[in-house]
Amino acid sequence: MAITFSASDSATAGAPLSARLTPPQVWGIVLLAPYLLVFLAFVLYPVGYGLWLARQPASYVALFQDPIFARAAVNTLIFLVIGINIKMLIALFLSGFFVQERRWIRWLSVLFILPWAVPSIPTILSVRFMLNPEWGVINQLIFKFTGDDGPNWLNDPAVALAMAIGVHIWKSLPFWTLILITGRLAIPHDLFEAAAVDGATWWQKFRYITWPSMQTLYVTCTLLSMIWTLGDFNSVYLLTGGGPADLTHVLSTLGIRYLRLDQLNLAMASIVCAMPLVLPLVYFMMKRLSR
Amino acid sequence: MKLPAMKLPTWREVTTEARLLLIGIPVFIWTMVPIYHMFLFAISPKEDAFSGKLWPDHPTLHNFEIVFREQHYFLRDFYIQFWNSLVIAVAVGALTLFIATAAAFSISRLRVPGGRMLMNLALFTYFIPAAFLAVPMYRTMATYGLLNNHWSLILAMVTIASPYAIWVLKQSSDKLPVELDEAAVMDGATTLQIFRLVYLPLMMPSLVAIGTYAVLLAWNEYLYAFLLLSNDRDITLPVALGNFLAADDSPWELLMTTGFIYALPPAAIYYAFRRYMVGGLTAGAVKS
Repeated sequence: MAITFSASDSATAGAPLSARLTPPQVWGIVLLAPYLLVFLAFVLYPVGYGLWLARQPASYVALFQDPIFARAAVNTLIFLVIGINIKMLIALFLSGFFVQERRWIRWLSVLFILPWAVPSIPTILSVRFMLNPEWGVINQLIFKFTGDDGPNWLNDPAVALAMAIGVHIWKSLPFWTLILITGRLAIPHDLFEAAAVDGATWWQKFRYITWPSMQTLYVTCTLLSMIWTLGDFNSVYLLTGGGPADLTHVLSTLGIRYLRLDQLNLAMASIVCAMPLVLPLVYFMMKRLSR
Repeated sequence: MKLPAMKLPTWREVTTEARLLLIGIPVFIWTMVPIYHMFLFAISPKEDAFSGKLWPDHPTLHNFEIVFREQHYFLRDFYIQFWNSLVIAVAVGALTLFIATAAAFSISRLRVPGGRMLMNLALFTYFIPAAFLAVPMYRTMATYGLLNNHWSLILAMVTIASPYAIWVLKQSSDKLPVELDEAAVMDGATTLQIFRLVYLPLMMPSLVAIGTYAVLLAWNEYLYAFLLLSNDRDITLPVALGNFLAADDSPWELLMTTGFIYALPPAAIYYAFRRYMVGGLTAGAVKS
C-alpha cells in the first residue's frame, strides 16, 4: 500500500507542473498571485519582523516600568468597555428611530451620515477648537450666559478622555446605526402587526421580536467595533495629543509615540501586550465571517 | 409638502410626533455642530471666528481666496498636497480593484486550491487594528527603502483595503450562478474571456462600491500618511492639516477652510454613490 502510494506520488511530482493543472487552475494561481505578494510583503513579513523585535523580555520590563503604559492600558479598557457599549446602545436606539417612516426622518438620515462620510481630521480639529478654553465657542457661550470662565476641557485627563470617546462616537455612530437599521429592516413586518393586534406595548415588541432577531448582529457589531476601536489613533491623537502629561494615551497612540521616540522594541512590546485582548475577538469574528 | 385632507390629528399622533422630534432635534444638533463650526470658521474673518459668534457679522470668502492663492506660510504647497492626495487615492482605488477582483474571481469562480485559506488570512489582516499594523509597517517600508515615497502609502493602503474588498467581492460573486461559467465554457470561452466578458460586467455594482470604498479610505487616511511621508512637497492634505498644529498661533480660520475644502470631495463622492455603497458594504454584515 505504502509503496504504491509513494510511487504514484513521485510519478505526479515528476510530471511538469503545467501537466497536472488545468488551464483555469493556472489562471487561478496567476490571478491570486498579486494579493499573495501584497500579503507576504506587507503583512506577513512586517508582522513576523515585529514579533521578532518584541522577543526580548527586557522590553516588557521597561514597558511595565513606564507609568504611561499602565495608564494607556486602563484608558484603552475604558474606551472599549464604556465607550463602545454606550455607542452601540445609542446606535440600537437610533436604528429604531430611523426606521420610522417620515419624510423628515429620511432627510435627517441623509445628514446623519455626514460624520462618517467626511474625513476625521478637519472635524476633530474643529471640535478641538470648540473646546479651547479661551477662544472656543463653548467657553465663550458659558461666559456670555453665566459670567464665569468655563472649564479647561482638555486639561483634565478624565474630561479629555471622555471628549475623545465623544469624538469617536460622533464619527462612527452613523456607520453602526446604518448596519443596525439594515438588521431591523430584515425583520418580517407581519410579526409587529400581529403583536400590535395582540396589544403589545413598545417594550414587549422590542423584548420579544426586535431583540431576539437582532441579538447576533448586535453582538457581532459590538465585537467588531471593539477590535477597530483598538486601532483608533485619530480620536485621541488629534484631540488631546495624548496629553495632558501623557495621561490620555490609548494603546494605539502609545505605540506610535514609542515609534516616534525611536523605541521600536517598546512599540512592538506594547502591541504584543494588547494581543490577549485582540486575538480572542479576532478568532471569534473570523469564525463568524468566513462561513 | 402636501397637506393631508382636512383631518385633525389625534392626540396619540401628536404625542408620537412630538416624541420623534424630541429625538430628532438633538440628533440633528449633535451631527451638525462640528461641521457647522468648521464651515463657520471658513466664512469668518479672523476676529469674528475667535469671538464665539454663531454667525459672523461679515461673512466672507476671503479665507478661500487665501487658500487658493497659497498666501500663507502653512499653505505654500496647497496645490501639490491636494494633487498628492488625489493621485494616491486614485492609485489605491485602481490597484485595490485590480488585486481584489482578480483574487475574488480566482477564489470564488475558479476555486483555486488554497484560495479559501488565503481569504481567511486576508480577513485576519482586516481584523488587526490599523494602528497596530502601522508600527511594523513603518519599519518594513524603511527596509524596502520606500519611506517618503508615494508608493509606500499606496501599497500600505492597498494592503489595508484589499482584505475587505476581496471578502465583499467574493460574497457577491458567490451569488452569480455557476451555470453562467459552464455555458461560457461550452461555447469555448477561455478563462480570461469569462473574466472579462461575463464576470466583470455582472460584478459592476460591487466594483463601484469597492472602488469608492478604497478611494475614500486612502483620501481620508491620516496615520499612515503621517508616518510614511514627511517632506512638505510629498505629504497629503490631512498631514498638512495636522502640521498646522505645530505652531502656537495657528491660523485656525485657514486650517478650517482647508479642512472644509478637503472634506468636500469625499462627502460628494459618498452621496453620489450612496446607493451602491450602502447596499454593497452592508450586505455582508446582515448575513452574519
